[in-house]
Amino acid sequence: MNSGTVGSVDSEEVARFAATAEEWWNPRGPYAPLHRLNPARLTYVRDRLCEHFGRDPKNIRSLKGLRILDVGCGGGILSEPLTRLGAKVTGIEPAEESIEIARTHAKESGLKIDYRPTTAEKVLAADETFDVVIASEVIEHVADPAGFVRTLSALAKPGGLVLFSTLNRTLKSYALAIVGAEYILRWVPPKTHDWQKFVTPGELRRFVRSAGLNVSDVSGMIYDPLRGEWRLGPDTDVNYWLTAVK
Amino acid sequence: MAAKGKARRFDVVIGGGGYAGLALAGALSQAGLDVAVADPAFGSVGQFRDPRASTIVAGARRLFETIGAWDAISGEAEPVHGMRITDSRLADIMRPVLLRFDNEAAPGEPFAHVAPNGTIRIGLLDAAKVAGSTLVPTGIAGFEQSAGKIAISLSDGSKIAATLLVAADGVTSNIRGLARIPFRGWNYDHAAIVSNVRLEQPHDGIAIQHFVDRGTLAFLPLPNQHASIVWAEPRLQAERLAALSGDEFQAALQQRAGYDFGEITPIGPRAVRPLKLGLAQHFHGHRIALIGDAAHAMHPIAGQGMNFGLRDVAALAEAVVDAARLGLDIGSEPILQGYDSWRRLDTVAMLAATDGLINLFGSSAPAARMVRDTGMGLVDRAPRFKSAVIKSAAALTGNAPRLLRGEAL
Repeated sequence: MNSGTVGSVDSEEVARFAATAEEWWNPRGPYAPLHRLNPARLTYVRDRLCEHFGRDPKNIRSLKGLRILDVGCGGGILSEPLTRLGAKVTGIEPAEESIEIARTHAKESGLKIDYRPTTAEKVLAADETFDVVIASEVIEHVADPAGFVRTLSALAKPGGLVLFSTLNRTLKSYALAIVGAEYILRWVPPKTHDWQKFVTPGELRRFVRSAGLNVSDVSGMIYDPLRGEWRLGPDTDVNYWLTAVK
Repeated sequence: MAAKGKARRFDVVIGGGGYAGLALAGALSQAGLDVAVADPAFGSVGQFRDPRASTIVAGARRLFETIGAWDAISGEAEPVHGMRITDSRLADIMRPVLLRFDNEAAPGEPFAHVAPNGTIRIGLLDAAKVAGSTLVPTGIAGFEQSAGKIAISLSDGSKIAATLLVAADGVTSNIRGLARIPFRGWNYDHAAIVSNVRLEQPHDGIAIQHFVDRGTLAFLPLPNQHASIVWAEPRLQAERLAALSGDEFQAALQQRAGYDFGEITPIGPRAVRPLKLGLAQHFHGHRIALIGDAAHAMHPIAGQGMNFGLRDVAALAEAVVDAARLGLDIGSEPILQGYDSWRRLDTVAMLAATDGLINLFGSSAPAARMVRDTGMGLVDRAPRFKSAVIKSAAALTGNAPRLLRGEAL
């Protein structure tokens, strides 16, 4: 990516993810925290989608036929499970190295996923729309979050959903996500997160509303250090989800 | 199996079509997963002519009900309403009752049933077929794991693939061996004679375990005033007893059992099984999970082999189905590690308790007898403790998986 040519993408951030691309699927590697976050993330996404589209979450193909855009898909940690649940997933990611890893891994897993080394802006320029647009752990890495939200809103079909998950900008998130996650627990490659760029739920609500979406749910994800698991709950201080309806 | 082209891909392939393998296949297929069970015995005639019987504890029965296997079994299952344990010297005329259990697992629910092994397997096989499992009448010859799957070579030369391979192929598990998961066994110098008998007097649905000298003799009630016996003795003694003529065997049996049931008539063949305990070092490997006897072997003294295997089934089914409903990779390390740690502690505790029981009852030394007499007498006078023992034997305690509690997945 060329710096500054595309609205939301921060080229320095892209380079940082590209450098660690081959580690995406190593469950003990630098992206271990994302793997550990996955059951809670998927529970949230599945339940919101099942509620909105009238699906049964106990069906192992509960998302059958839904067209989902996974923005900032990385190595496909979220795209693959959504595909197994029956969704038709398009995963986009500016870092080409990550897309190559994602394609190889999906092939080995026997999953058909439309991975593209591109940006949300380029997909929008091609006039594509989706039932669901998901940006999980992405908005904290973009240069222009308000513009990013407008783009994602435009990518959703009328009556569709846009979901965000991200880190809150609180002292707690600073302690846990930056100092704790990056340096102490060695969860994510150091410097993956810049605390100043974190978006609070209040700010995200404003971006979402001004992009013409209606907020339908805000929930927190809480880390339980004893069990090494994330859980969903009302506490949005560290990591949270926001779902909006178009 | 298709001989050419791409190997057919399943979500789960189960090696071994015994109780554990078939029950797991039923539970997973019911939840919508694509499951195959491979067992060379599926092709052979007479695979279900097993004269022996098994105890089905309440938790296991609830699992059978949930997967739709119980209706076919219940007609030939005898409820066990109580259990008696006696301990006496061979020369004693009476077999005084030391410990008496009449509790129920839940109001109106017997804590166990006893059913013929063949009937249980047919019930489980039909339930798995109705739920949509594919039965493959051949063995598993080898496998190779890669990032997203496990490629499996069958003994007939064909190939299939899966996300998860389950070893349900018994105590000598070939899959466990190929996966290089160590298995440690403890041998005891005891063996059990397993056979059936007809009783002159009704058994009233009471299971009895006699501890006589260095042996144990259990009667499990069957329909029509029949009973299944498990008679454990020092190995040479067991072999000698099993080889006796009909009349001599009957006399020896009667001497140990006393006359509570009137005359006891042995029927059908006698099998001698060595008593042993064994434990796999891990209950999972790369894209492989171990269940039942492949994970742990259990001495028949506690009568818990099948029931204990079904605890593995319930725990693995729950872990896999919960993961599948989130679209997670069901053969991945976090899912299998979760199953492993869930089952391992329970298994080790059970093996340790069984080992203690063998050493306690396998002895005719006066000190052991005193511990037995006073210890068991104390238990008999502590109803709350007894109730806990019943619930534990019925697999309803602790962090019980949903299927054992009678809940759907």
